[in-house]
Amino acid sequence: MSATDPRAAGAATRPLISVLKLKKHFPVRGGVFGRTQAVVQAVDGVSFDVKPGETLGIVGESGCGKSTTAKLLIGLTERDDGDILFDGHALGAQLTLKDLRKNVQMVFQDSYASLNPRLTIEDSVAFGARVQGLDNPEDRARALMERVGLDPDRFAHRYPHELSGGQRQRVNIARALAMSPRLVVLDEAVSALDKSVEAQVLNLLSDLRKEFGLTYIFISHDLNVVRYISDRILVMYLGEVVEVAPVDSIWTEQAHPYTRSLFSAMPSMDPDNRTKEPPLAGDPPNPINPPPGCRFHTRCRFAADVCKLRVPKLAGIARNADHLAACHLHDAESGHPGAGKGIPA
Amino acid sequence: MALAETSSAVAPKPKPQGYWSGVRARLVRDPLTMICLAVILALILSAILAPWLGLADPYRGSMIARLKPLGTEGHLLGTDEQGRDMLARLIYGGRLTLFIGLMPVVLAFFIGSVLGIVAGYVGGLTNTIIMRTVDVFFAFPSVLLAIAISGALGAGIVNSLVSLTIVFIPPLTRVAEAVTSGVRALDYIDAARATGAGAWTVIRVHVIGNVLSPIFVYATSLTSVCMILAAGLSFLGIGVRPPEPEWGLMLNTLRSAIYVNPWLSALPGVMIFITSLCLNLLSDGLRSAMNVRD
Repeated sequence: MSATDPRAAGAATRPLISVLKLKKHFPVRGGVFGRTQAVVQAVDGVSFDVKPGETLGIVGESGCGKSTTAKLLIGLTERDDGDILFDGHALGAQLTLKDLRKNVQMVFQDSYASLNPRLTIEDSVAFGARVQGLDNPEDRARALMERVGLDPDRFAHRYPHELSGGQRQRVNIARALAMSPRLVVLDEAVSALDKSVEAQVLNLLSDLRKEFGLTYIFISHDLNVVRYISDRILVMYLGEVVEVAPVDSIWTEQAHPYTRSLFSAMPSMDPDNRTKEPPLAGDPPNPINPPPGCRFHTRCRFAADVCKLRVPKLAGIARNADHLAACHLHDAESGHPGAGKGIPA
Repeated sequence: MALAETSSAVAPKPKPQGYWSGVRARLVRDPLTMICLAVILALILSAILAPWLGLADPYRGSMIARLKPLGTEGHLLGTDEQGRDMLARLIYGGRLTLFIGLMPVVLAFFIGSVLGIVAGYVGGLTNTIIMRTVDVFFAFPSVLLAIAISGALGAGIVNSLVSLTIVFIPPLTRVAEAVTSGVRALDYIDAARATGAGAWTVIRVHVIGNVLSPIFVYATSLTSVCMILAAGLSFLGIGVRPPEPEWGLMLNTLRSAIYVNPWLSALPGVMIFITSLCLNLLSDGLRSAMNVRD
């Protein structure tokens, strides 16, 4: 459906959303007059594309800028620099924030905090449609509640605290869809649910994607969940993109040392194939003063002198041009002792 | 078939259990709060209905019937230093006392809520300007501030109203701002903003309902303070002027009679005490009744 979506201005090959060198630095104020003492580089030069109908999974440690990226995409946080192009239209220049929000919606992690405790489910779902002046917001809300598996006759007049976590998250999904968006940003949308409910909601999300021709940006720290739902995976570290690759490619071989440690930290399901590599030691460095060069060099087993000096470029690796990694090991001209050979096994 | 249709038509629709009906149900189950509510309502009603209660004229004194003790024939609560009926003066006095005790808080509740919600929701420079201005008023103790403003404006009911309102705006603004910035950080506000709704719509639909009850509860706790402050202003002679009956003023004029008839002089104080105690307990009861969440 995405290719035939009447709202699609461009060809099916054109990215639905393009993010170019997105930057968000939060000032840390202090002192007598609240001067800026330092800057947290929450998101620092992040670029990626998402094709129509695709699901991009974003993974990374806590504090790596995943959620900030999500909030920047929908304009809840103002970006400091960089461009967001939705369907070829640049936000700010050719597209207003209000128009962007008609097309991009978000589902939050905390299903309770994301619903107004004083509004009934129906009112919460219908709010967006009312704001945008769509026809029959109540009918729309009821139809969507039905679609996400909540009987409108039973749930329409209930309050959020009368629902379970899984039911609330279904309400949040219905609310996001009430605006008929084309892109839905799911920020840890299933992380707070228990495993069986998580699976139900994931299946619901897959079905909805086909039915409504949606494009997803799926943010999670759970690699298995991301693998299940995504077409491509983007790995973030300290506000930067370190690797972007199709799911199968990254699952067979991680091109960046950080991604590899992330994958090896995943509990193995096979007792004969236990975790071989030592898990990543220490906390990520402070994003206030990120290390120069490659930001991962302080924790990287393969770090060489060049890693402390030069920022690696995000580029296709030798094995697969669609598999991008930002590591000197993959750049033949980087000057790293192991340059061009990839990560040693 | 017909039966099925009737039964489905008759079948009770799941009745929405609103927030306020829950608050009411919890209040009714709280005897102390209900008693306090009854006392406050009785005081307000008797003050409003004073002319129709068949009381003596609160302004007419008698030189021979001065400072009669409690239980005197014809004067159930005795007479004051000018021979005026105490019962009548206490009930009529409730009109002014309750009015200047409650009105400033009501006014300050509206003004403070608006300022605090705007400051908390908009944040940034607006917040700084509003909150720092409010902080200036915190530099003075509230009694001193009320006396200073009243003194500057001159004695009179309207001026004490104004000065007390100014005194109560800062604490209410501060509470409103604190609650609002807490709510502002929740995801449902982000979700509402993400629909493209304007700030006013988000405040109206999503903020006000969630911040008003804590501000309201705090305001009810201020009414007793306000009553005492108002009585204090009258006591000092910069509020209500004689011969108007007002509890604070009565306390002042009967002060000299404390050695002659101590129970009599204590009566206005007892009224202030009962009223402010009931208001405080009522606000505690409201606080727990409004605290729903799961």
